Amino acid sequence: MWVWFHKLGSPRYFWGFSQKLMPWLIMACCLAFLIGLPWALVFSPADYQQGETVRIMYIHVPAAMMSMMIYVVMASAGAVNLIWRIKLAELVAAASAPIGASFTLLALITGSLWGKPMWGTWWAWDARLTSELILLFLYLGFIALYNAIEDRRSAGRAAAILALVGVVNIPIIHYSVEWWFTLHQGPTTQGMRVGGSIDPSMRYPLFTMMIAFNLFYVMTLIKRTRTLVLQQERNSGWVREMVGSR
Amino acid sequence: MRPKRKRRLYLVALLLVGVGGAAALALTAFEQNLRYFITPTEIVDGKAPKDRAFRTGGLVKPGTVKRAEDGVTVGFTVTDNVNDTRIAYKGILPDLFREGQGIVANGRMRADGVFVANEVLAKHDENYMPPEVAQSLKQAGAMPEHEMGRKQGNKL
Repeated sequence: MWVWFHKLGSPRYFWGFSQKLMPWLIMACCLAFLIGLPWALVFSPADYQQGETVRIMYIHVPAAMMSMMIYVVMASAGAVNLIWRIKLAELVAAASAPIGASFTLLALITGSLWGKPMWGTWWAWDARLTSELILLFLYLGFIALYNAIEDRRSAGRAAAILALVGVVNIPIIHYSVEWWFTLHQGPTTQGMRVGGSIDPSMRYPLFTMMIAFNLFYVMTLIKRTRTLVLQQERNSGWVREMVGSR
Repeated sequence: MRPKRKRRLYLVALLLVGVGGAAALALTAFEQNLRYFITPTEIVDGKAPKDRAFRTGGLVKPGTVKRAEDGVTVGFTVTDNVNDTRIAYKGILPDLFREGQGIVANGRMRADGVFVANEVLAKHDENYMPPEVAQSLKQAGAMPEHEMGRKQGNKL
């Protein structure tokens, strides 16, 4: 296991391994969306109170979940980069940031679109919404800092420290609806455990969408990381050889 | 692990603990400001600001909604299942406003103890189900309670 991790840490091994993985990932991701999207947006029932507006949830909840999960991945990769100085970890963190920022923005926008008809307002400065907005700024800060520093290695380390400082926001987002009175509703599902209640006819399309979003993230992450690997290793022997042989 | 890496690992752990501790202290200090609304019970306990606007919220008590002749002035009572607050509001109510539904109102306390709201928002709960399921749950008397009625006293 450890040996495999060390091997995966080498850019050249990662290149070959991800190349083989890619077609399977694309297929799985397309399949999950092909099942999940029609199921969630067309065939699942309307809600007894929200009516058809409930369908926004099938995009909003997975997007919000990904926005937090990707941040944890980014911060963990940053920590690995800081401690073990593995170059690939730095690239994984850098590749994750724009994807995570996009999911955060998507969660904020879909939440706003849902909030207007349901709550009666586009935006409320409650703990959940505000901490999610801070998450977006953390992502943007990471991207800006990483690109502002000329030297790649120090840019990676500085951005990793920022990511680690910001990780404190993740439990705040997650527990905000339980710790304080918020306008945002409390948690319904946490993994497979159900806190509130969501009817199975809505829970399963939601889970399918969550799986689809996860696969989409892994797919885009690997694509982006491969590009960064190629950029970083452009002067190394194996890249020259590969490019030259085409 | 080599000592150099071990030292870096400790530094990262120290950073996380430090930032986490600082955040915990800050959040505890600003606890009052982090809450979006205060409950009728807290108003009764005198914790509501007297000279400035604040938000309160609870479940709309069934049978208390009274509309005035003009059609836009409405009075209703919200409850946290312990204490009640009477709210007066002039304006358009959100779609989800109904008896038993959670709402949050922004406004200020009048001298006679009525909360005069300039904004009323609906607070959706964490239950999602199709209308047929809701119907049969209602008939069986097993409708899950709105979180605003249930979470009393569970907050920090």
